[in-house]
Amino acid sequence: MEEVDVEPTTTPIPGFDSNQKHLGFVWGPGDILVYETIYKASGGSAGGCPFVHEVRKDEDIYSPILRKLFNESHHIFVGLQRIREDLPMYHVSSLELIWNLCEVLFIDAAPAGSLVLHLLDWVRLHKADVDEKAREVLASESPAEHQAYWDVVISYVLQGRMDEARQVLVKQAALQPAARVMFKLLDNLLMKMPIFNPGETQTLTEFDVKWRHWREEVDHCLQDQSFASNRHLEDICKILVGDEDVLLEYKELLSTWYHFLVTRLLFSHPTVKPTELHYYAQVLTTTLYMIQKPLDSILLAAFEFDIHQVIKDCSIALNNWWFVGHLTDLLDHCKLLQSHNLHFGSNLREFLLLEYASGLFTHHSLWQLAVDYFDHCPEFGRVYLELQIERVPLDTERKALKVIRICEQRQMTEQVRSICKIMAKKALRNNRLGSALSWSIRAKDAAFATLISERFLQDYCAKGTFSDLDLIDNLGPAMLLSDRLTFLGKYREFHRLYGEKRFSDAAKLLLSLMTAKIAPHSFWMTLLTDALPLLEQKEVIFSADQTHELMFCLEELTSGKSVPTPDRPMQVLGYTPPYPLSNVCFPFNLLIHCFIICSNLYSCLARG
Amino acid sequence: MMEGINAKYVSQKISKTRWRPVSSSSLQQPDIFATGSWDNEDNKISIWSIGENGISGLDNEFEGDPQLVCEHKHNGDVLDLQFLDQDRIVTASSTGAVIIFRHHHNSQTLSVSQLWERAHHYPCDNAPCTGIVCNSPEIVTVGEDGRIILFRADQEGVLRTIENADSSTIHDVTFLRTTEILTVNSIGQLKIWDFRQQGNEPSQILSLTGDRVPLHCVDRHPNQQHIVATGGQDGMLCIWDVRQGNMPFSLMEAHSAEMWEVHFHPSNPDHLFSCSEDGSLLHWETSSNSDTPSFLQGGRNTSIVSRSAIAPAGGNQSLISSWLTGDSSKGRLETTHMLPSQTLSVNSLDVLGQCLVCGTDGEAIYVNRRVPI
Repeated sequence: MEEVDVEPTTTPIPGFDSNQKHLGFVWGPGDILVYETIYKASGGSAGGCPFVHEVRKDEDIYSPILRKLFNESHHIFVGLQRIREDLPMYHVSSLELIWNLCEVLFIDAAPAGSLVLHLLDWVRLHKADVDEKAREVLASESPAEHQAYWDVVISYVLQGRMDEARQVLVKQAALQPAARVMFKLLDNLLMKMPIFNPGETQTLTEFDVKWRHWREEVDHCLQDQSFASNRHLEDICKILVGDEDVLLEYKELLSTWYHFLVTRLLFSHPTVKPTELHYYAQVLTTTLYMIQKPLDSILLAAFEFDIHQVIKDCSIALNNWWFVGHLTDLLDHCKLLQSHNLHFGSNLREFLLLEYASGLFTHHSLWQLAVDYFDHCPEFGRVYLELQIERVPLDTERKALKVIRICEQRQMTEQVRSICKIMAKKALRNNRLGSALSWSIRAKDAAFATLISERFLQDYCAKGTFSDLDLIDNLGPAMLLSDRLTFLGKYREFHRLYGEKRFSDAAKLLLSLMTAKIAPHSFWMTLLTDALPLLEQKEVIFSADQTHELMFCLEELTSGKSVPTPDRPMQVLGYTPPYPLSNVCFPFNLLIHCFIICSNLYSCLARG
Repeated sequence: MMEGINAKYVSQKISKTRWRPVSSSSLQQPDIFATGSWDNEDNKISIWSIGENGISGLDNEFEGDPQLVCEHKHNGDVLDLQFLDQDRIVTASSTGAVIIFRHHHNSQTLSVSQLWERAHHYPCDNAPCTGIVCNSPEIVTVGEDGRIILFRADQEGVLRTIENADSSTIHDVTFLRTTEILTVNSIGQLKIWDFRQQGNEPSQILSLTGDRVPLHCVDRHPNQQHIVATGGQDGMLCIWDVRQGNMPFSLMEAHSAEMWEVHFHPSNPDHLFSCSEDGSLLHWETSSNSDTPSFLQGGRNTSIVSRSAIAPAGGNQSLISSWLTGDSSKGRLETTHMLPSQTLSVNSLDVLGQCLVCGTDGEAIYVNRRVPI
């Protein structure tokens, strides 16, 4: 087992004293179920506790603000999988800090010369308080005498914002006309400070020469004691030559080690190469500032261009996979992640996305976002989705339809069938036969369609009439889904034909139901009984051939081979009817009916 | 069509959006809409404002960015939502309840005004109420239990119930006349019910021959009472003339997944809007029936659609025809996508005047105030 990088956090369970009893637990998809066992910590056992606690691990996903973030980033993530887009700014400041730094170092990959400028921008973005203070100072009655005046000037210099520094200095210069020359001199130096311009044709070497030249000039002024009479101006001058001791004096204004780092680079090594960054960063962090917060170690790892360490530290520090998942995905798209194979075979990007998406899936509402993430995890995404999608609770038909659509779009036929079956069973339980049939059609589930038809037929046998005629009369091609359903539709058609007095059509249909083996054997008795009124008509309805066939059917029915038992068709399906079939199928009545039918048949034959 | 439309993320999946009605005499554009959420542990209905009349927030980045006016907890998913009048909203809940909320304008709050708790129900389980249509003070609701219920706002009890009106789920309902409604169900049937008749049988049943595709939405033409549009599980848009037997007037391939809502534009019914699970919202525009091609009519259509006047035969082109009554097959049809691609399901839309609002499963609301109609 690996060493633990950080101390794990402890979550106390209310009402539970770990000194007294042992705790039992089991993992869930996004939470842990915890209970008090009967075993005492000191050995032996005592009465248990009836409570089971659910411990959720991720509070973040329930925050409404973060939900907006998740939805927006999902939108962007899906777009990114097709093309690369510009990243938005996120409003959570540490995340922003890390993200922007990663942009500068990894994605924009600024080379020497521009690197310092980009880093300066990064620092400025996250130190907005300077401008606020400046506004306050300048708005006051006498800005040059404001207690924060010099702080403002120096802060601007430390951030490399020479123009702003000069503008504020003017106020002081106005107050001290006698020192006008000195102020003019400093103003000049600040103005002439060379700034590398990547657009120009100036090479890095040329810039370096210029910069050294300017630096010498500043140093000269210092040696000359030109600013000796004003401590502040002298400090500024020393900062310009990169005097570390003075920089240290202004540690408070710099406030963070990375600001210190960037400022120092600006005034000592403006042509620093990306590969040299880590050296300066390390020196700083080991001698001057202590690395305390997780944020610091993440930033340090970034400066060291150790992408994997950045991701690892982020994973530990942040309690939600959102940031890390998206960052890794972005880096992967820029081809910056070597396939860092984890021991169970999936690469780092996929692993993190799977973790993030699984977290989303435990949320009652955000599970839909997770689907797209799983789609873009080529190795395990599908398996994860298959396992998770069946766990989504289905309270309404509308939700079930959405889940099914997701499965259908991904050819997850097993899951479609299973969900449709759940919904169909629920409908059947509530006697919604039309709904149940609708679900069976969606799943192309012939077995269930047969079950539904059996229910209809049972109803008919019990009551003597059909229920839900609107459904049976309008089955359409759905009728072909199962033999039993076809029979149901056709049998109803027979009744309709009979009702319309289209007797010969009715007779033909009735016979075909038996001869074409559409009708289940259990129903043949009913059909033959239905034939009786047709046989009793004055006009001959059944032809000689048809009559023969009827007799043949009767014979088949009464012979030992296929004696119908009431429950046989049901047993085939493994389904026990809740109430017995009508007494039409009792053997006693069977014989009587046979006798009646036989006599009718023979009288027909005699006539015709 | 894409300009002037921005997403507002609202931290809840939106199941329904509806504009508050504006009085027919005023030429004002609508400025208030209501939304209902679904799939949350705590669902809500919310009222939003986009106009100058509304309350503008501090970070009003985009012009007309919807601002929340007030909201109220809702027990269960909001499966349908309709404005009964300027002050009252009726909702259909997944618990089977039908609820009337009152919007108090002076305090800008919502409160429950009336509640029929298990209006739709099974003997043991809950049966969601799936659709509502209002003709103040009458309210008709339908549900998964296959019941049709007639209420009167301000009356406590139920006015009339048609028990077991359908053996499958009824998904939507609309008024054809003041005494006649039309329902659509999950086995692809349209049924017309006449309230003047007693009994529990529909006066007419229509359905597509062919597969029994579940129908999810229906809307009646604002001016012609016999014309309805339906949409269902296969994303096909059908226009029916209910007087004319069993065949729909026209069938059009619209979406690649369930069509959740279809709406004729209330004042300009040459325009129709549909939204779907596939994340798209379509704007359909037909030109009126006339022997004169539209570009010679002057002033009506600024864009000339270069289609042949006769619907193309065969192939995988669906039948295209004007949906207004008449025998012309010389109709033209233009379809426009109104949203940027890659949204999750668009569950609901509403259109009034030049304003369109819709809500998605991506927890976003889109408002367009310059719909070209």
